[in-house]
Amino acid sequence: MSEITAITMPKWGLTMTEGKVLGWLKHEGDSFAAGEELLEIETTKITNVFEASEGGILRRIVAQAGATLPIGALLAIAAASEVRDAEIDAFVAGFVAPEPTADTAAEDTARAPHDIDAGGKRLRILDLGAGEATPIIFAHGFGADLNAWMFNQPAFAETRRAIALDLPGHGGSTKQLDKAVDAESFAADLDRALAALAIDKAHLVGHSMGGAIALVFAQWQPDRVASLSLIAPAALGPEINADFINGFVRAQRRREMQEVLALLVHDPALVSRAMVEDVLRYKRLDGVQAALEALAAEWFPNGVQRLGLAASLAGLNMPLQVIWGRDDRIIPVAHAEALAGGVPVHILDAAGHLPHMEKSGEVNRLLARLIAP
Amino acid sequence: MPQKSIRQALNEALRQEMHRDPRIIIIGEDVAGGAATEGQRDAYGGVLGVTKGLIGEFGEARVIDTPITESAIMGAAAGAAVTGLRPVAELMFSDFFGVCFDQIFNQAAKFRYMFGGKAKTPMVIRTMIGAGRSAAAQHSQSPYHIFTSVPGLKVVVPSNAYDAKGLLIQAIRDDDPVIFCEHKLMYDLRAEVPDEPYTIPFGEANIVRDGDDVTVVALARMVHYANEAIDALASEDGIECELIDPRTTSPLDEDTILESVERTGRLVIVDEATPRCSFATDVAALVADKAFDALKAPIRRVTAPHTPVPFAPNLEKLYIPSPEKIAAAIREVHAYAK
Repeated sequence: MSEITAITMPKWGLTMTEGKVLGWLKHEGDSFAAGEELLEIETTKITNVFEASEGGILRRIVAQAGATLPIGALLAIAAASEVRDAEIDAFVAGFVAPEPTADTAAEDTARAPHDIDAGGKRLRILDLGAGEATPIIFAHGFGADLNAWMFNQPAFAETRRAIALDLPGHGGSTKQLDKAVDAESFAADLDRALAALAIDKAHLVGHSMGGAIALVFAQWQPDRVASLSLIAPAALGPEINADFINGFVRAQRRREMQEVLALLVHDPALVSRAMVEDVLRYKRLDGVQAALEALAAEWFPNGVQRLGLAASLAGLNMPLQVIWGRDDRIIPVAHAEALAGGVPVHILDAAGHLPHMEKSGEVNRLLARLIAP
Repeated sequence: MPQKSIRQALNEALRQEMHRDPRIIIIGEDVAGGAATEGQRDAYGGVLGVTKGLIGEFGEARVIDTPITESAIMGAAAGAAVTGLRPVAELMFSDFFGVCFDQIFNQAAKFRYMFGGKAKTPMVIRTMIGAGRSAAAQHSQSPYHIFTSVPGLKVVVPSNAYDAKGLLIQAIRDDDPVIFCEHKLMYDLRAEVPDEPYTIPFGEANIVRDGDDVTVVALARMVHYANEAIDALASEDGIECELIDPRTTSPLDEDTILESVERTGRLVIVDEATPRCSFATDVAALVADKAFDALKAPIRRVTAPHTPVPFAPNLEKLYIPSPEKIAAAIREVHAYAK
């Protein structure tokens, strides 16, 4: 019998248990290549496109638009054209979605974030994957947390240790910031985290403010950075959307926060109510307001970026790339365009300030290519 | 994130706030222990164990057991608040408010206004509401609507452990008197609750679930009953409801309710209290006033009847709005065509 591939409901992020099929982007009978978008799936947190992990022909759509199904449920069948319909019928009829077991529960616990002591600071990390390959470290941006990497981190955890961390003042990490809250101070935190994790050398991926921190770390300890991927990083030019920074710091209520978060993305529909609620829950924690105010004042005084490191990029000797969304409304894509020629720059269409979420497939491919060419 | 019960969430909120601010005291009947037996003061921590362990940690100057005298508890708390402490007073059953309402309604609620804004009254009154335990007519009521009608009082009616912790800390840090209503059947209900202290602003409703067909507004235990009804309707009838939990009845997040009704055009309010001059009538009036043009169907209220809470378990069960009654009201409103 020729091979039949089940396309099943993915698990995106720590808390996803089910997803809703919003619509199919391919029809039955269409062939598709690896990385092509097959369908849109909505979770309580986020809406995203499901990309094919390998090429094939979409022979049968099992889950129609509107269906809400648990993780692992059958969505569609891919198979070569010589596979007979009867075989597909039999496969669909015989398909059993994996039941959650004690093993998967234990796996979930192992996949949960935990706290580490990074030189006296409590930092929350999500430590996935294992192996001999050089680990990859993800650093999020201003006001975000390790969940920002929900579409990226698992892809790399299949081949290596992949760690996302909450920077101080963010997520589940300590809300007590040092007196200095500049990039050097956070680069020192990253250094402490790597020491606590016994990691000597790593691939660094940083987004926005986390990009600037990764960049400063790479300048400071270049031998420890196997490669550097900067996604819409701060510190490559003076402009930044002050309405976003100030609005994010100020917003206490759902509606205000919804408007502010919509600035982050090309398609505002990506910002779900649950995403807004998660951000509000973070902002309500004692110490967060003061931390964000201190950060905004240090990094973006009067709505302008204090740090300008664009000129230093060319001097770095590790593999390096800059990734940007063309419709970034937080930090203008002009910062990337100004680099052209000096360093590899990838500008992604139909993406805002969160290309790693909005165009996760493309970003993952770019990251993979730089890490393991 | 750790799962905690409402009881644990409240206890943690009190403990963390008492560590943060030495002006916070607890005062009430049996709040220290409950057994009133020497050497066993910490045995229980209030009749429902919410204040367990606090006497040992903070001592009897800050966790004050009183005789059975609600008027003295509330009078002492109001006086302490206006002179610089931040008391958390416990009114064991909200049904007992009658004997201490002068201290609440005529004193604490009026100080800020009558002293021209110079006086602050940062007191919290924790109190139990709710039917369902066959505790009879004097121990089963939900009179939050009576507190809500008093200018100068803020009223919190949480439905889950996350909200309970954040709203209690907010209540303790608030400079006005706050009535904090805890449903007696919900103390063991668990949810993800951060270990760190946090606050939830008053007057910010929680949207429990999204939907475009019917808006459902509910409080406390009724949030869960409504959710059950909505689950059934979604799978059986394909009706998608938006469920709004206002969390506080004073202040009330009018905008969230109005915006939702402007989208759905249909409203069901679920309220465990009696129906006259109630939370349900308040929300119905709000929507009739400010979103009349959006309405596609009459507003339906699912409430207790206008009677005392029955003692007999079978009658008490009929008294409390059930998921079935809620589902029937939603179906009716959904099917209504002008």
